[in-house]
Amino acid sequence: MKIHEYQARHIFNKYGIPVPAGEVATTPDEAKEIAARIGKPVMIKAQVLVGGRGKAGGIKRAENPDLAKEMASGILGMEIKGLLVKKVLVTECKEIASESYLGVIVDRKIKKPVIMVSSAGGIDIEEVAKINPEKIHRLPVDPIMGLHNFQARNLAYLLYPDRKIANQAVPAIMKLYQVFWENDCSLVEINPLITTPAGELWAIDAKINLDDSGLFRHPELKVLRDLDAEDKAEIEARKKDLSYVKLDGNIGCIVNGAGLAMATMDLVKRYGAEPANFLDIGGSSNPEKVVNAMSIVLKDHNVKAILFNVFGGITRCDDVAQGIVQAVKHLKPNVPIVVRLTGTNEEEARKILEEIHLSTTSSMEEVVKRAIELSGMTQTSMFGG
Amino acid sequence: MSILIDRNTKVIVQGITGRDGAFHTKQMLDYGTKIVAGVTPGRAGEKVEGVPVFNSVKEAKDATGANTSVIYVPSKFAVDAIYEAADAGVDLVVCISEGVPALDMLKVYGYLKGTKTRLLGPNTPGLISPGLSKVGIMPGQIHKKGSIGVVSRSGTLTYEVVYNLTNNGFGQSTCLGIGGDPIVGTGFLDVLELFEKDPQTEAVVLIGEIGGTDEEDAAAYIKKNMTKPVVAFVAGRTAPPGKRMGHAGAIIAGGSGTAAEKIAAFNRAGIKVAESPSEVAILIKTALEKPEKKVKKPAKKVKPIKTQKVKKIKNTVKTKKTI
Repeated sequence: MKIHEYQARHIFNKYGIPVPAGEVATTPDEAKEIAARIGKPVMIKAQVLVGGRGKAGGIKRAENPDLAKEMASGILGMEIKGLLVKKVLVTECKEIASESYLGVIVDRKIKKPVIMVSSAGGIDIEEVAKINPEKIHRLPVDPIMGLHNFQARNLAYLLYPDRKIANQAVPAIMKLYQVFWENDCSLVEINPLITTPAGELWAIDAKINLDDSGLFRHPELKVLRDLDAEDKAEIEARKKDLSYVKLDGNIGCIVNGAGLAMATMDLVKRYGAEPANFLDIGGSSNPEKVVNAMSIVLKDHNVKAILFNVFGGITRCDDVAQGIVQAVKHLKPNVPIVVRLTGTNEEEARKILEEIHLSTTSSMEEVVKRAIELSGMTQTSMFGG
Repeated sequence: MSILIDRNTKVIVQGITGRDGAFHTKQMLDYGTKIVAGVTPGRAGEKVEGVPVFNSVKEAKDATGANTSVIYVPSKFAVDAIYEAADAGVDLVVCISEGVPALDMLKVYGYLKGTKTRLLGPNTPGLISPGLSKVGIMPGQIHKKGSIGVVSRSGTLTYEVVYNLTNNGFGQSTCLGIGGDPIVGTGFLDVLELFEKDPQTEAVVLIGEIGGTDEEDAAAYIKKNMTKPVVAFVAGRTAPPGKRMGHAGAIIAGGSGTAAEKIAAFNRAGIKVAESPSEVAILIKTALEKPEKKVKKPAKKVKPIKTQKVKKIKNTVKTKKTI
């Protein structure tokens, strides 16, 4: 789960990482008021959960409150990479002497948190990592021991030879690691971490990604989820305990298991069509889940055919079949449905589906090919009359 | 032979009185797994499917001599359950539970390094040595005893591949899921090493998916260390970046972890990648028919080896029928 910059700043502030004064605004007038309270030139920053805001024109400088209002009215309501800007952060503008990068990530390969620092801050760190990997210094931290002060000190001196600045950076690094660890983050980033000509250190940007699996112990973070930034069907699916990701194709896929769901989507593509979604109904064979799944897939109007691919194990095929029958009765889908069921109680399932005149196939290939074939037929009937 | 579990594996079920624990205890017993004890704190003295319940893993292990444990407790309690099993000195801990925080797993991984305990999972379907023992949640009936080792990050996708292997006459030595989370106790490399050493295993199927670089590392490892043929499959060619595809570990982050990169890594290492789950069996057939690259024998002598191998597979299939 990603959270907004203004929310991440709030957490940084709580831990004592220096962030410039600022508040979030939802209207140009609010932006003006905040700028007036700050009483100095400000930055107006679009709050959307994607990178590249600056390049998209979502970050602007305003010399006075009136200009802040003007800038904010331009940024509020703009679209950045498909996301509508509903909030702007208004922060005090700092003079920049140097820009660094400071981040903590989970390194899946070495199975440790890794602190990354670079004096090439301010720009896309992924680009730096690709072009000049030597400019990024990586420090693996022992997850049991935590970060030692000397390690933070070494990193600080690597970035800032000036002792006065390094002495501010040491606690900032220690605190950033604390933010990372105590909040179950998968990533925290300050980019850029700046110094001013007067030798002050400030976190100008704040980025926090949270581990969904850790959210159960952070109710205060769970509520920060921005539902506006997510697809409505994805939100509904999560509420119903289904794992759904909307895509752009027209073959709806309902599958049990994440790996099999991905493999099914890949097969759709292999046979020349595009999957409309990823949808994992999980290991339980509760018929209600099947109804919910179909209801979500049917809301996507690009869907021209729905395929079920179920490998029964613990999931019982007859339970899934019952769910399909219920779903067809209640939702009255206007697109063809094809079903593949293999495994536990497959025969019973076939009989149940025959009652509503749904035939089943026994292989993944067949069900995918059949779905694509039928989706084409819907198109012809629609356009060809 | 098989890897990690066999006929003599004695299993403790942690969370045996829970819904999932009780259900799968019966399934495993039906398959022939030696479930010797269950653990649920405060429920000592009870029985589930005839299996005695203890208050702690230590008590269960002391009383029964168990060497393996399988965890079916809710994710909030899974980390504690892993520590408890390791502390009691269990050799293999299989954590089925899904939703364990990644940072907890970093600590668990670090802690287990100093012990003799191996962890499989979390978020794994477990493992099965067909005809011998099953510790997990996979449907036993689709497996057949044989010579193919299967290692995967997935559950039902593995069943799909195994089902195709079995239908094509390729039985399995051991099939195991390493888990769909970003941080797991046992990785591809550990399992590949075990399969390479296992005399029963003649070829390996590796099922990967998007996210992380485990497949790339496996490709490099196989090229350098494996003499047995390996066939790969990678799920998620159509997965969009930045979206978690069900498994916590299945996410293309910062532009890396794509299926294309993983397939390219396998190709570079000379490892065949199946285009679909059913193609895995076809590639395995070809791999086993081909003379092994690293056997330095004249071409003429290779032929008898080939027929020998085919025979072996047929034999194992026959044996399975009697089980």
